[in-house]
Amino acid sequence: MGSNSDRKPFNNKTIEWIDQRLPIFTMLDKEYGKFPTPRNFNYFWNFGAIAMFMLVTMIVTGITLAMHYTPHANYAFDSVERIMRDVNFGWLIRYIHMNGASFFFIAVYIHIFRGMYYGSFKQPRELLWILGVTIFLLMMATAFMGYVLPWGQMSFWGATVITNLFSAVPIVGPGIVEWMWGGFAVDNATLNRFFSLHFVLPFVIAAVVFLHVWALHVTGSNNPTGLDVKGPQDTLPFNPYYTIKDLFGLIVFVAVYAMFIFFMPNALGHPDNYIPANPLVTPPHIVPEWYFLTFYAILRSIFFDFNPIMLAGFGGIGYYVAKVVWDKNRTDYFSTRNLIILGVSGFLTLVGFVGAFFPQLHIPLTNMVIIEAKLGGVLAMFGAVGLLFVLPWCDTHPVRSARYRPLYKAALLFFVAIVLLLGYVGAMPAEGIWPWIGLAATGYYMAFFLVILPILSKHEKALPLPASIAQAVLDEQAAKAAKLAKKGA
Amino acid sequence: MTDQNSSSPPPSAHDENEPTRRDFLFLTAAGMAAVSVGSIAWPFIDQWNPAKDTLALSSTEVDVASLQEGQAITVMWRGKPVFIRHRTQKEIDEAKAVDVTALRDKQTDDERVKKPQWLVMVGVCTHLGCIPLGQKTGEVKGDYDGWFCPCHGSHYDSSGRIRKGPAPKNLEVPQYTFVSDTLIRIG
Ligand code: HEM
Ligand code: FES
Repeated sequence: MGSNSDRKPFNNKTIEWIDQRLPIFTMLDKEYGKFPTPRNFNYFWNFGAIAMFMLVTMIVTGITLAMHYTPHANYAFDSVERIMRDVNFGWLIRYIHMNGASFFFIAVYIHIFRGMYYGSFKQPRELLWILGVTIFLLMMATAFMGYVLPWGQMSFWGATVITNLFSAVPIVGPGIVEWMWGGFAVDNATLNRFFSLHFVLPFVIAAVVFLHVWALHVTGSNNPTGLDVKGPQDTLPFNPYYTIKDLFGLIVFVAVYAMFIFFMPNALGHPDNYIPANPLVTPPHIVPEWYFLTFYAILRSIFFDFNPIMLAGFGGIGYYVAKVVWDKNRTDYFSTRNLIILGVSGFLTLVGFVGAFFPQLHIPLTNMVIIEAKLGGVLAMFGAVGLLFVLPWCDTHPVRSARYRPLYKAALLFFVAIVLLLGYVGAMPAEGIWPWIGLAATGYYMAFFLVILPILSKHEKALPLPASIAQAVLDEQAAKAAKLAKKGA
Repeated sequence: MTDQNSSSPPPSAHDENEPTRRDFLFLTAAGMAAVSVGSIAWPFIDQWNPAKDTLALSSTEVDVASLQEGQAITVMWRGKPVFIRHRTQKEIDEAKAVDVTALRDKQTDDERVKKPQWLVMVGVCTHLGCIPLGQKTGEVKGDYDGWFCPCHGSHYDSSGRIRKGPAPKNLEVPQYTFVSDTLIRIG
């Protein structure tokens, strides 16, 4: 006996014939037709479907571009120019792909924010969240390698700077970099393999998206209240309610996307990428694509070497955070013993920094380098993404939605402001005040996950929760009606 | 457990803690599988390393006879720029006067040159690989009269040593020899 015994027959003969043999229509009906979905979604819930649409768009336009593109250092730039000028509608397909990367990231960033704001990463959706962050990581790799393909100045120098990051790894670093290049600099071998990977990674992304959606359909969707679904009164069938809502949101999104494609296709890109790659001339100001700026700023925010004194200080602070802040049962933040630990480690950190920035003072040990700045920056940047993976264990507060957690809401919105500020710093030259602003903002970024969220998880008192999703919807409607009545009176 | 077992052979004298033949077979098979996977993975990893033709392009000769004091040229070697600078006396003196113990990457000027007036080094910033400015007259030379990397602000002195900014190392000195007084072979 097979596995599709409890199947309801379809009326349409053809569909029924197929479904008996491969119950794909039963599956679609279960997962996208009747699928019980919380009735109170707001527009933040559109961005998953939008991201899915963008992935398909990127794959279709990408495969089309690959039919005309030449992955060779001598011809890549010209082949892209040929796509722009000579291939029929080549300009359109390229602009859809080029701006598509930006709009894909816009959708995914909003989607991630939604997850953080409404606590969708929490139990039981941790794995769903981790698969999402994996998709984000793969997207970053894909977009980075795609940007190398046109072989313009930014392609070449972006690739040079990012691959050189790996030289920061102690001992094996330089070997890894030459391995990635297939030579002694970014060159044809590099372009070739990046093309190959840029072609295949989106399909890996599609596979992880499948797991992500699978996991979603096991736990069911979260919703703006963060409450669990308690019964049928809390849900609506996915079709037609959310198929239509998703479609509507998608149309609005695509309208904005189309505005960029047709009226300002190069607004989000860098003009230097229309200059052919030149290994002898570095552009005066290398900037990555906008969607990498935050992480680029974090990378550059570590502009000093870590000396042993500084590290001892950080170690002490880390000990305090791990032992006192992370421990659910402890509240003795300011006991004498803990104040001494904090004071001593704070002092050591300060001395370490003074020694690092004023070498002429010759403070002992401060001219010894344990972690050089480059490695520090790389660790901070990967750490920043890594923290997203462990978010479910940083924030363990039982209430999901920021609606009922005013302190979390404030800390999170400030975090978003910091992420945007870092994006701005990433676009500025690394001079004057900017690296310092970047350092302070990176500090908040890390502290948000490692200190603020654990403390809030322990101490934040949530506002009273509605009894159920249905009750929350009714309350909202009642409040709206009352407001209207007041206006009318 | 009485007469049911009486017809079967007596239980072997096998001790529970002793490995059986089955364990042995299992371990050898697993070991062989690991070796096979490793040996088939390696070619797929190693194919990314520089190919033989890339490695073959490893030396280049430069005639520096026409280079006046204070001038510099940039040549390509293994896909990377190499800076060759005919240093002025002032630049040499500055480079020698530095207190080496205060440097991030402690090298004396003598360790970095074969002949003091000729400074030969790979023109790739040791931070993240940009090409520092300072080769052409009129370009910024940074705070130490050498080179300045615009990418993240590394300053190199007139010996190509890192003095300020994020780069960890001095500009690399490649292997080179003076074939004659004015002919340099790099690599
Ligand atoms: C996750 C999905 C994808 C993302 C985020 C992405 C991103 C990018 C980016 C940022 C560029 C550079 C655009 C430019 O400045 O010109 C690019 C170029 C390119 N991509 Fe993709 N891509 C994706 C999927 C694909 C797929 C599936 C293929 C083909 C199989 C593909 C083929 C190409 C080609 C041939 C180019 C070079 C032509 C050009 O520069 O316009 N891409 N991609
Ligand atoms: S690459 Fe030169 S300072 Fe970063």
